Amino acid sequence: MAVLSTPRSAVQLAGKGRPLREHLFRIALLSSLVIALGFLALLLIYVVQEGWPRISPTLWEAMPSIRRPETAGVQSGIVGTLWIIGLTALMALPTGVLAAIYLEEYADRTKWYNKIIELNISNLAAVPSIVYGILGLGIIARWLEFGFTVMTGAMTVSLLVLPIVIISAREAIRAVPPSIREGSLALGATQWQTIYRQVLPSAIPGIATGSILALSRAIGEAAPFLMLGAATLVRFNPEGVWSSFTVLPIQIYSFITQSREEFHVLASAAIVILLAILLLMNSIAIWLRNRYQKRW
Amino acid sequence: MTRGQRRLSAVATTALVVVLSSAACGGSDAGDPSDTSSAAPAESGAAAQLSGEVKVDGSSTVAPLTQAASELFGEEQPQVRVPVGTSGTGGGFEKFCNGETDVSNASRAIEDDEKAACAAKSITFSELTVATDALTVVVPKENTWATCLTTDQLKKMWEPAAEGKVKTWKDVDAKFPAEELKLYGPGTDSGTFDYFTDAINGEEGASRKDYSPSENDNDIVTGVSGAKGGLGYFGFTYFEENADKLTAVQIDSGNGCVAPSVETAQNGTYAPLSRPLFIYPSTAAVKKPEVAAFLDYYVGNINAIATDAQFIPLNAEQEAKLKSDYEALKSAG
Repeated sequence: MAVLSTPRSAVQLAGKGRPLREHLFRIALLSSLVIALGFLALLLIYVVQEGWPRISPTLWEAMPSIRRPETAGVQSGIVGTLWIIGLTALMALPTGVLAAIYLEEYADRTKWYNKIIELNISNLAAVPSIVYGILGLGIIARWLEFGFTVMTGAMTVSLLVLPIVIISAREAIRAVPPSIREGSLALGATQWQTIYRQVLPSAIPGIATGSILALSRAIGEAAPFLMLGAATLVRFNPEGVWSSFTVLPIQIYSFITQSREEFHVLASAAIVILLAILLLMNSIAIWLRNRYQKRW
Repeated sequence: MTRGQRRLSAVATTALVVVLSSAACGGSDAGDPSDTSSAAPAESGAAAQLSGEVKVDGSSTVAPLTQAASELFGEEQPQVRVPVGTSGTGGGFEKFCNGETDVSNASRAIEDDEKAACAAKSITFSELTVATDALTVVVPKENTWATCLTTDQLKKMWEPAAEGKVKTWKDVDAKFPAEELKLYGPGTDSGTFDYFTDAINGEEGASRKDYSPSENDNDIVTGVSGAKGGLGYFGFTYFEENADKLTAVQIDSGNGCVAPSVETAQNGTYAPLSRPLFIYPSTAAVKKPEVAAFLDYYVGNINAIATDAQFIPLNAEQEAKLKSDYEALKSAG
């Protein structure tokens, strides 16, 4: 393993006549990487440059304004987004993890209904988010009569991220070696004790990473909220789960469609805030993984 | 670290993230630094402090006007919340007739099927004209030939029959150069599209499909200003903001060429493309004190709000009609 770990030795091992092709292949790989990262960097530079004049505390201290974009902020969007993410975490994470435990530890995979459940979860993870918006509008907002509130938004987004949480939690649980379970059971622990004391603690870094990445996806969603009628101009923070609300992506979308140039600068600054929140959450995910990851 | 400790701290970290995000939502009732000055006059400061929520949704064209009203009203009644949504005229009526909103913004009059939906839920309402818009046909500055277009010429460009056939300006009129005609317009969900197709092509929704549609009017600005043979249409505000890049075409509907402007839109000579913008409050909502207070303010200061939001204000006659329509709504039912 150690010998193969550096590219030079890999080339040496490949034999004569290969180096040129190896080189070309490596160049192809590298240029793919450069294209991907280059565009990301370009996008970031563009957005930061565009929004730079407006990146100041006003951005999170002030409310949005249609009349004075030059001094407006996006506080209601930031707070609305945090509300949605907080509630989504409370609803989707426990449900998702419990579902994953059932599927991995209890479900008999030879039974037809468990196969159907598994197939459906994989399919649901690929459903476009606007479809969840329609579901939320029809079932949660109208049929349950929750209206266009934080609760409706959070429940809809919970449904959206649930399949992703389940899939990532299952993989984390599956990665725990069977020998750990067998050892625990052999020592007389019950199945529940084994799961609670051995499997879950080992799987938690993976579960946490997957969950945070799932929530990061929810942060960037605008489509379901457009369906749910999250108002574009909201000059107050939500006071509870039954309050009206807006989220950052919706606000950015509405700023971009305004005619005045100041709104476009404000939109770029708001995008930087959104990216900063995303980056923070992803860093927490990476940190959790590195901190608690265990190798057997 | 034992496994138990590791588990605990991991759970604690996850919980911390959740708690932090929820806690950040609590303490943030800080004042709004953007509200230091007021452009529109606030008439009565003596009104009792109300609270509650006035739900508004509908046209994205009208939204900036209602949003400006909401902001200015907020200086008088900070406890009344007026969130303004932009689901589009049709989407707004759908919610309005389902009893989910108090006021609906509209860039066209309510249609018969929408009226039927409202009637089915026994929701009654009134139509208030709050401002005027001049749908502006724009060409880039380099275009020197199309200073004035007749409505027939516009129809020739935009009618469904033009699809795939009218490709250059010469196809529209033999006097024009053979420059490629590049058309930009709003998407089919927009009230602006409905109005333009109705006024120019004679049938709502009937348009050629091979143009570049966009829900974002700024895309139309970019598209038209970047193509010598470009032509597009949108609300007057977008033209005013981009007058350095675009020329507004004068429209001849049989009575000579008329340029879009505040005056020609107000007095109706900019025909057929000047259009009224509406709000539809429901009779039931007006009974609520917070909704009544908001509408009192909106109607009472209508032209100050319209000017502030860069809309074309109403003329004296239209303003008088708005006020009497609103009084009639308040005393109804």
